[in-house]
Amino acid sequence: MNRPALTLLALALATAAFAQPNQAANVKLQVMPVQGNVYIIAGAGGNIAVQVGPEGVLVVDAGLAGTSDPVLAEIRKLSDKPLQYVLNTHFHPDHTGGNEAIRKAGVTITGANVTGNLTDAAVGAQILAHLNVLNRMSAPTGTQSPTPTGAWPTDTEFIRDHKDLFFNDEPIQMVHQPAAHTDGDSLVWFRRSDVLVTGDIFVTTSYPFLDVERGGGIQGEIDALNNIIDITVPRHEEEGGTYVIPGHGRICDEWEVVEYRDMVTIVRDRVQAAIKDGKTLAQVKEDHLTRDYDARYDSKTGFGGANQFIEAVYKSLTRK
Amino acid sequence: MKTLLSLSLLALAGVPLRAQFAGSFNASPGVDLSGNWAPLFHEDGLERGAGPELVNYLGLPITDGARQWALAWDSSRLTVPEHECQVHVAPYIYRGPLNLHIWEERDPKSQRVIALKQYISTYEQNRTIWLDGRPHPPDIAPHTWMGFSTGQYDGEMLTVHTTHIKQGWIRRNGLPESDAATLTEHFIRHGNYMTHVSILTDPVYLTEPLVKSQDFINVVQNGANWLYPCEEVEEIAGRPRGAVPHYLPGKNPFLNEFAGKYGIPLEAALGGAETMYPEYQQKLKKAGK
Repeated sequence: MNRPALTLLALALATAAFAQPNQAANVKLQVMPVQGNVYIIAGAGGNIAVQVGPEGVLVVDAGLAGTSDPVLAEIRKLSDKPLQYVLNTHFHPDHTGGNEAIRKAGVTITGANVTGNLTDAAVGAQILAHLNVLNRMSAPTGTQSPTPTGAWPTDTEFIRDHKDLFFNDEPIQMVHQPAAHTDGDSLVWFRRSDVLVTGDIFVTTSYPFLDVERGGGIQGEIDALNNIIDITVPRHEEEGGTYVIPGHGRICDEWEVVEYRDMVTIVRDRVQAAIKDGKTLAQVKEDHLTRDYDARYDSKTGFGGANQFIEAVYKSLTRK
Repeated sequence: MKTLLSLSLLALAGVPLRAQFAGSFNASPGVDLSGNWAPLFHEDGLERGAGPELVNYLGLPITDGARQWALAWDSSRLTVPEHECQVHVAPYIYRGPLNLHIWEERDPKSQRVIALKQYISTYEQNRTIWLDGRPHPPDIAPHTWMGFSTGQYDGEMLTVHTTHIKQGWIRRNGLPESDAATLTEHFIRHGNYMTHVSILTDPVYLTEPLVKSQDFINVVQNGANWLYPCEEVEEIAGRPRGAVPHYLPGKNPFLNEFAGKYGIPLEAALGGAETMYPEYQQKLKKAGK
């Protein structure tokens, strides 16, 4: 997660800024083809993946609130087909803040008793996510919801740990990763394009931000990284093959995930050893157990910073 | 026929054809590096052959973070399936035994050289050095072992700049090179010999640029490839899923091995920019070490 993105995320989390007016003038987007039918849009908060094809447009994550106008403009350069699906990797506002605006720009095309599209009914695109995403974005009846209802997932039906979708001649799977970055993370796997979207389970710009207060944890994070490595297949000598779109940062393949998994696992082992030696959290922080990685990954903020990461690992490992 | 006549007249007039058709005869904008090249192993033999000793970081301008990274590195890391097929990155790959084949890629119409291609037999790596002035990719583009390279001729020397390199190592004993590293190279031909100079800059793990050089000789070669059909396997039975071999801080059992073997202070073995320079020897002598 780069510094501007972290600042934006911090601002969004602090103000629950889901309904900010568009701040298009400040948004500088980068768009690149990844592989097959899949593109990346970077610069709107969390990375956005866009799948285009003859049936329409599907996006994974929606960026921060206030970035949707330029995001939609870039999507329209890729395809003028109907935007039908928004898939959320998790609930954080740098990935779901644009849900409402992007949903409104889309359509739901249905069959059965209501053949046609539901544009007139103002349904917009469907938003797919794990049930825990909806739980985090909504609130019990009679209490104030942290996000507007228009941003909420409309379909949270997972069969066991996954949800299948076939769109644009491509099988797409959302695979739930429990207790990793949050309790509602999903990997999104484009099986024909051979592209995997990880959300913030994997980022190239900082240490993992383990949202321990919202169900995240170190062992789930490591399990999820190993699951990513199980899915990805390099083309030749750990290069190419399955491409990975991280939650923040650049396009990767399996190798970057492997190095990241190694780092997270090693730090986990160090903290575990310190706990075994009876050290308190303050003592563990004083040991600077991440100093070999800080120049690369320490964002020096509450999101993906070294101190935050060590604290989250410690809390995860000592949680009863 | 008119063309032939014109050419004949020009020749008879004693005007050099080469001058009249400049560009058509410009086979290469600089020196021609095409051919097959084999490395000459007359320096750094141990590192380029069997490999460096563990905890020998002497003479390398590493950061403290790089030192800690390497001290945590257990060579058993290479038995982890995903590490078994990892490739030497571009800044390192020329150090090893390899066959290097270089050829020019030309525009079919203009015959201008648009790229220099390299096939490096180690790990079957292909490298393209673009010479057509194209920009480097944006920062969100994927990284590769060989990175993205552009070059330009400076007289008899080809200078190459490379970005988008995967994370790798600067030495095969665990010293890391980050994915933020960039590489500048000079390929200098002296008849049948070629000198390759590399200047590595790494804002994460180096405090100063790391400069290396190696020589090659032009050889006649056909085949002799080092095929590398690497396939991941489980080398250690019963290892838990996702296990990453490493040493905890202060627990590297080889910490003093290299320093003890050669009778040098541990601080010298642990490297750093100061240990690159001749003055460091004088400093150690004065300190009585």
